[in-house]
This record gives sequence, structure tokens and C-alpha cells, in this order.
Amino acid sequence: MTPSERSTAGNEVIRAGFIPLVDAAPLVVASRLGFAEAEGLRIELLRETSWATLRDRLAVRHLDIAHMLGPMALADSLGLTPLPVGLIVPMALGTAGNTVTVSRAVRAELAELGAGTSLDASSTAEAVARLTADRQRTGKPPLTIAIVHPYSAHHYQLAYWLGFAGVRPGIDVELVIVPPSLMTAALESARIDGFCVGEPWGSAAVALGAGHVLTTSAHIWHRSPDKVLGVRHAFAEASPERLGRLLRAIYKAACWCDDAANHQQLARLLSASEIIGQPAEVITSALAMRGAGGPAATTCGDGFLSFAADGAMLARESHAVWFYSQMVRWGQATLDAKAIAAIKSVYRPDLFSAAVETKSGDTASDVAFFDGTSFDATDIPGYLRRFAIREA
Amino acid sequence: MAQATLNILVIDANRIRASIIEEGLRETGGVRVTVLDDVNGLMRRIAEIDPDVVVIDLESPNRDTLEHMFQLSRAVKRPVAMFVDSTDQRSIEAAIDAGVAAYVVDGLKKERIRPVLDTAITRFKAFERLRRELEVAKGELTERKCIERAKGILMRTRGLSEEQAYALLRKTAMNQSRRIAEIAESLVTAAGLLGGEVDG
Repeated sequence: MTPSERSTAGNEVIRAGFIPLVDAAPLVVASRLGFAEAEGLRIELLRETSWATLRDRLAVRHLDIAHMLGPMALADSLGLTPLPVGLIVPMALGTAGNTVTVSRAVRAELAELGAGTSLDASSTAEAVARLTADRQRTGKPPLTIAIVHPYSAHHYQLAYWLGFAGVRPGIDVELVIVPPSLMTAALESARIDGFCVGEPWGSAAVALGAGHVLTTSAHIWHRSPDKVLGVRHAFAEASPERLGRLLRAIYKAACWCDDAANHQQLARLLSASEIIGQPAEVITSALAMRGAGGPAATTCGDGFLSFAADGAMLARESHAVWFYSQMVRWGQATLDAKAIAAIKSVYRPDLFSAAVETKSGDTASDVAFFDGTSFDATDIPGYLRRFAIREA
Repeated sequence: MAQATLNILVIDANRIRASIIEEGLRETGGVRVTVLDDVNGLMRRIAEIDPDVVVIDLESPNRDTLEHMFQLSRAVKRPVAMFVDSTDQRSIEAAIDAGVAAYVVDGLKKERIRPVLDTAITRFKAFERLRRELEVAKGELTERKCIERAKGILMRTRGLSEEQAYALLRKTAMNQSRRIAEIAESLVTAAGLLGGEVDG
């Protein structure tokens, strides 16, 4: 009997792992503000620092569900991770909540080369390309940019953005891995020149005076997919009915998170030391980036950090296939039909649709990249050939 | 090949725990153990260390970084799999319960790795026990200090000798079926609340 099959106070206990990030909010709110109880559930939260530990705790059934990187769940199905879990992804946890943030020193270098303050993805990528070329010419070391994991939306968005301007990720720019909550310290101590990470860590770096937001994942790909809810396959199988109640609880919590009227309370809840452990003002400023007036006086629009609105919780098959196409593009996976079938079986939007009656707007088109290229999920080789910079 | 020295890399920011693990691993014999307290600079050293097994604290924030390095290090053997055989669920659980993560290069025999993992698990647990004992000892130290203060308060406010003050504390504790330290703590707290002299 796993811990989750015990029941306390009539509510079934579900153990959920998370990483301190704003997009864990629907899980935290479902657990703490009564949305789980309303469905006869109790969600116990366990915070981790590294994604690998979440994965391992799922594998040995310390956890039933976890806040997870979409591509990490897919890599698991392809046997690419050191410890296989067996996961399904019945829902996404929001869209486009990452910033590309650079140190003030790099920001100053960019300004010298004529970069403006727009968050626009193409002009910022071109500015970084000029800086990279300038550093190569003058014999300076390449920029070091941190991402949170090799199998992450952050990695693929950053690489896509750099590749657009002719910058080869991993060659012209060094990529390193740093867990989200250690990003600001790494930037402050100049161990890295910049990072691509989910909120509130971009806002935290701005608040510390250590960072400058260059662009965001919403600018690179409007409503881009990101974190997901990873569920142990056996846990989902054991009771589809319980899974349905869980998805409803998290969906309703996410709708609550979307409502700006709740943002003060949400910021206070998330700021607690056992959740994110950052001042409420930093979280408020992260939430404010959705509209106008984020940390760099930025307007990111409704595509940034959407919790449930516009179908943000749908784990779309096209997203899984795009992530896989990027694994192929950057040499992490090889292209074959069996792999495509495997990753498609992980993302289960049908489970979400069956459990949750959503508000309208779920049909919003989701593929809008800043460079105008559209993704064709039926022709990955053809799609990848359109990119000059790739490893495969 | 089976007799070759096994290269084990231990990454642990906690030096005391690292040395406890290192000592245990050396005792298993036929191994070379390298201890690092951080993954910084590991990328450059990984070819020279050339580990067969990497042992790291499960909760280390460096694990994602480490796994990335294994992906990148094309020139050397890659310790990719967590544990020898992912179907060996029981020993994986034992390790994770003990807070150990281990990476093993492909193709190593289970019989060679098992003692290494078992030792790492035992030593992690031993360290945990040590840590808990230290905490208890620290707690006892605070308790002793608290009793000293309570005695001081009683000596001053009631004009008792040190022996009489201690006897009073002990008697009160016995009457209320509580520990002397608890009685002393309430007394010190109460004295503090009432604005009395707490320092003793």
C-alpha cells in the first residue's frame, strides 16, 4: 500500500512534488485553498530543488504526481533518463512563463552595440549575435547561459531563439545547467552571464539589481508550452475517477490563479518559505508581467504566464511532437516512428477534456513562432530542414 | 576486466559525510575513490577521473547539472543509468530512502556494484544517525543551560542555595510527572514574561 492509498479525514491523500516556481501555483492553490478538499482529496506538497530528484521520487512511489518539465516526461518515455518512471501527462501547467535574463554587465555590452530595450524576440536575438561575434573577434570568452535542464522547454526556446540569429547553442554560447532557485545567485556571482528560467526568478534577479529581462518565452512563441503535470502511470490506472477529480481540482485552482483579483493573496501564499521563499512583491511583479508593468516595465501580454485561460492546461499532442522535433534537432534523440508513437502516448489531452468542463476558448491556435515559421507535426524532417542551425 | 579497479566518484558538499562514505568504500577493496565537494570544474576532470560509479546526495542541487555532463561527455564512459539494473526496484528504493543517488556505467556486473551501493547506503544512514545524535546532544546542552538559569532564578527570588534550588525543581517535576528540563523551561519563560531577571 503506497502512502497515497491511505486516507485521512475521509480525503484521499495524493503526494505532489514541485519545484519553487510560479507555475506550480495551481498545485499549491489546489492543495492549500480547498480546491482539493472540494473533490474529496488532500494534496500533500513536497518541494525539491532539482528535477532529477522529483523524477526519482516518482519512480519509487514517494510521489504520485509532480510539477514537471514537459520534455522530461517525454524523455522518460524514450528511455533517455537514468531512472525510468512510466508517466502520463494529463494536463499542462500553464504557458510561456520564462524569461531570458542577462546580467547588467552583459546588458551594458549589448547597449554599446546598439541594442534597444524592446523585448521583441528577433531584435534581441540579433543583438546577442552581434555580441557573440564581437566577443569572438576580440578573443573574449563566449557567453555562458544557464538553463534548468537539457530536456526542457527553456532549452529548446533559448536554442530556437539563438539559432534564428545564427548563434550555435553550446558552441558560440556555452549552455550550463542550474536549478531554478539557484539562478539569481549564479548570476549575481557572475558564474553565468544570463539564464532562461520560469518566474519568479527573472523578476527576482531584476529586484536584486542583478539582471535585465531581454525577452520572454511569450515573445519567442506566443502561448508556448512549458511545465506539465506528470502522473505515475500506475497511479492514473489505479483510479481514473480519482484522476478526474484531481484534474478538476487543479483546473479550478488554475482559474482562480488567472484572476488578477486574487493575485495579492496568491503572491502571499507563494512567497512562503516552504513554497518559493521570495518576497511577495517579487511574485506580484512576476504575475504583473502578464499585463503591463512587469519588472523591466515590460508588457508581455496575455500569452505570458497563463495558468488556465485559452486552453493553457491542454497537453496538446502537437506540443509533444514539437518538443520531440527539438530533441532531434539538437541531437538528443533520433527520428523514428516508434519514438513518435511513444511520446504521443504520454500526452493525454483526452483525460483532461473528459474530466473538466472548460470555459470557451480552448481552440486558440497555439503555433505562432516569432520568426513566422509554422510547425508541421506530420513532417518533422521537412520542418527541421528549414533551420540552418541544427545538430541533426 | 572483472578484477580491474573500480573507479568511484563521490560528490558531496558535506565533507564529514563524504569522508564517512569514502572510508566505507575503501574498506570494500578493489576500488579507487575520488571525493569532490562540488560539480564545478568536473566537466574538465571527468575524463581523468573516468568514474565507473558516481555517488551523490539525492537532494544535491547539482544533480541536474551532473546528468547533463554525462550527456555531454562523449569521450569517456558515460555513467548514465541510475543503479545497475532499473528492474532492481528493491535496491533502488533502499538507496532513495537513504538519500543516495548513484550513477553506474553501462555493462558493469551487478555483483561488483552491489557491495558499493550497499556500503554507500549504510554509510549515508550512519551519517544520518550521527547527525540526529548531534542534534539531541545540542538539545541536551540547551536543556542544561536552561536548568542552570532556572536554578539561578530560584536562588535569587527565594534565597535558596544551589542544592535547594535543584531539589525544588526535581520535586516539582516529580509531582507533575514532567522532566526537570520542562519545569526549568516554564520557569525561565514565566520569569521572562513577568519581566524578571532571566540571566542566571
